[in-house]
Amino acid sequence: MPDAQAQTKIPVTVLTGYLGAGKTTLLNRILSEPHGKKFAVVVNEFGEIGIDNDLVVGADEEVFEMNNGCICCTVRGDLIRIIDGLLRRKGDFDGIIVETTGLADPAPVAQTFFVDETVGAKTALDAVVTVADAKWLKDRLKDAPEAKNQIAFADVILLNKTDLVSDTELKDVEMRIRAINPFARIHRTQKSDIAIDKVLGQGAFDLDRITAIDPDFLEGGHKHFHDEDMQSFSFASDKPLDPDKFFPWIQELTQREGPNILRSKGILAFKDDPDRFVFQGVHMILDGDHQRPWRADEAKTSRIVFIGRKLDRAALEKGFLSCVA
Amino acid sequence: MAAPSSSSSLTSKLRHLDLGGEVIGVHFLGRSAAFALGTGGIVLAEGDNEQRIEAHKGAILSVAGDARRLLTGGDDGRVVATSGDGASETLFEQRGRWIDQVASGADGAFAFSIGKTAHFRPAKGEAKSLEFPSTVGGLAFAPKGTRLAVAHYGGASLWFPNAVAKPDVLVWKGSHRGILWSPDGRFVITTMQEAALHGWRLPEGANMRMSGYPSRVRSMSFTAGGKYLATSGASEVILWPFTSKEGPMGKQPTMLAPRDTRVSCVAAHPKEDVVACGYDDGLVLMVRIADGAEILLRAPEGSPVSALGWRADGGALAIGTEAGKAGLMVF
Ligand SMILES: [Zn+2]
Repeated sequence: MPDAQAQTKIPVTVLTGYLGAGKTTLLNRILSEPHGKKFAVVVNEFGEIGIDNDLVVGADEEVFEMNNGCICCTVRGDLIRIIDGLLRRKGDFDGIIVETTGLADPAPVAQTFFVDETVGAKTALDAVVTVADAKWLKDRLKDAPEAKNQIAFADVILLNKTDLVSDTELKDVEMRIRAINPFARIHRTQKSDIAIDKVLGQGAFDLDRITAIDPDFLEGGHKHFHDEDMQSFSFASDKPLDPDKFFPWIQELTQREGPNILRSKGILAFKDDPDRFVFQGVHMILDGDHQRPWRADEAKTSRIVFIGRKLDRAALEKGFLSCVA
Repeated sequence: MAAPSSSSSLTSKLRHLDLGGEVIGVHFLGRSAAFALGTGGIVLAEGDNEQRIEAHKGAILSVAGDARRLLTGGDDGRVVATSGDGASETLFEQRGRWIDQVASGADGAFAFSIGKTAHFRPAKGEAKSLEFPSTVGGLAFAPKGTRLAVAHYGGASLWFPNAVAKPDVLVWKGSHRGILWSPDGRFVITTMQEAALHGWRLPEGANMRMSGYPSRVRSMSFTAGGKYLATSGASEVILWPFTSKEGPMGKQPTMLAPRDTRVSCVAAHPKEDVVACGYDDGLVLMVRIADGAEILLRAPEGSPVSALGWRADGGALAIGTEAGKAGLMVF
């Protein structure tokens, strides 16, 4: 059932990146390469796109608070209207690419796809793709909270302009990225040159495609750097969880800590439940469902990941482990 | 109340049309129904005749009209007027931008919006434009005269394009999208991004919050004489009473024609206390407000009803769906 629906939804890729990182180059590449696909593009400044495309739409990045008055519960009002408009031409394009300004927080864009009924019913957020400058990212992570948000939020990171740094510098910046976001796919690029299938069609928000949360990362292989501001934590349990404990815990946690939790993800094994339960979240917005039966050959391990600011590791771990049945 | 069966004395009178594109709006020009399509075309239908006009080189985003002409705004940056004989004329063009909203005023005046800017074009006299703090979500002329209600983020503004004074701002937190005046001009109502309506009583601007909907309200229509405001957004048609001076405040809405699927579109009969309502499954019925009596007009075929329009004399109803199927019924 979810499969059949996913088929008909139009995929949306969110393209972020700090100023000058190479976002527009990537966008022009996606639009010009001969892949036979047509994209509608939502941009913030006209004129940057070198391709003649009648499906390029200008946006105003109007970020609106939702009526619960919470600072993290924001959506892009202009995007809702633009997507409503683009849906009138469904059939004319295969996907939508939303380019944000260099200073934008990706969260309101992502949340738009979970909050608006029509947008959520007809389109599906595919992935947040962040283009980062291999030479300058390190500095931006220090002085620009927006840049850090974009890294923390990403499903795919293009570490671009690798020709401008040494191998050591490159490894260093990768580890800094990993310290913030251990589960994004990192691709090293020059001039944003990348195969389009590494950027589009990622299904990063598709519950059916949450396959595994990288166990490497759980072992904590990236301890060399600790970003003081942004952390990621992951916990696992081999004992089945009690849904009557887990759901109240995660609800309360995301309501209370929502502004600090940028993203969350989990694969869970509930007691007396043959199915994997998967969820993912953006701030306070959670999306979860039964996915498929656990296979006989896989360990029924529940894993959960949080990326955020000012998170209390010990409290999170204690909370998660107290959900054991 | 019994669920409507799949046929009635009227369903056989429905003329089916296959328009080939999502129906964005429908409006009668005299005796002919003008369907505006997502594909940019306009189809005029009367009796067995059908005339197709390629009005826009892209999608039609908004539709308005008066007795004489249909106004459409498109993602091709054009405002086009189409008359009942099929003649169409470009009233405005700005390439590369979308015409998000259009509104039709008295004496041939019209208005439209591009992003944050609303434009007013009188039949004679000076064109005016005004930038609002955020994208214009809805645009509507007051029932008489040239005052424009403009919905935007954080409320709505009442703008006299010919006055020097700044618009009056009606403040209410949230994103306001559709906008409508009551026929007597005493109330302004908006549909919101959240599942609610908001209204202001004029001139004092008292707030009226109308909430409790399970989904966003996309369609609203005042019944004859402005007695009720009929809306979509629930699994029955919601009718807010507007007969008293205070409007619906402190009163419960009347709920009619309940089904197990949502009402997607409503259109009040121009003369009688009757509302045509279309549902998410394509069913259309007529309901009489006095006693809730229902008459089926169109059997469900799967696609949500996206547009409904009555002929000015109430003698015909036009129906359009998201899938591009349409219906025309002459009573
Ligand atoms: Zn929040």
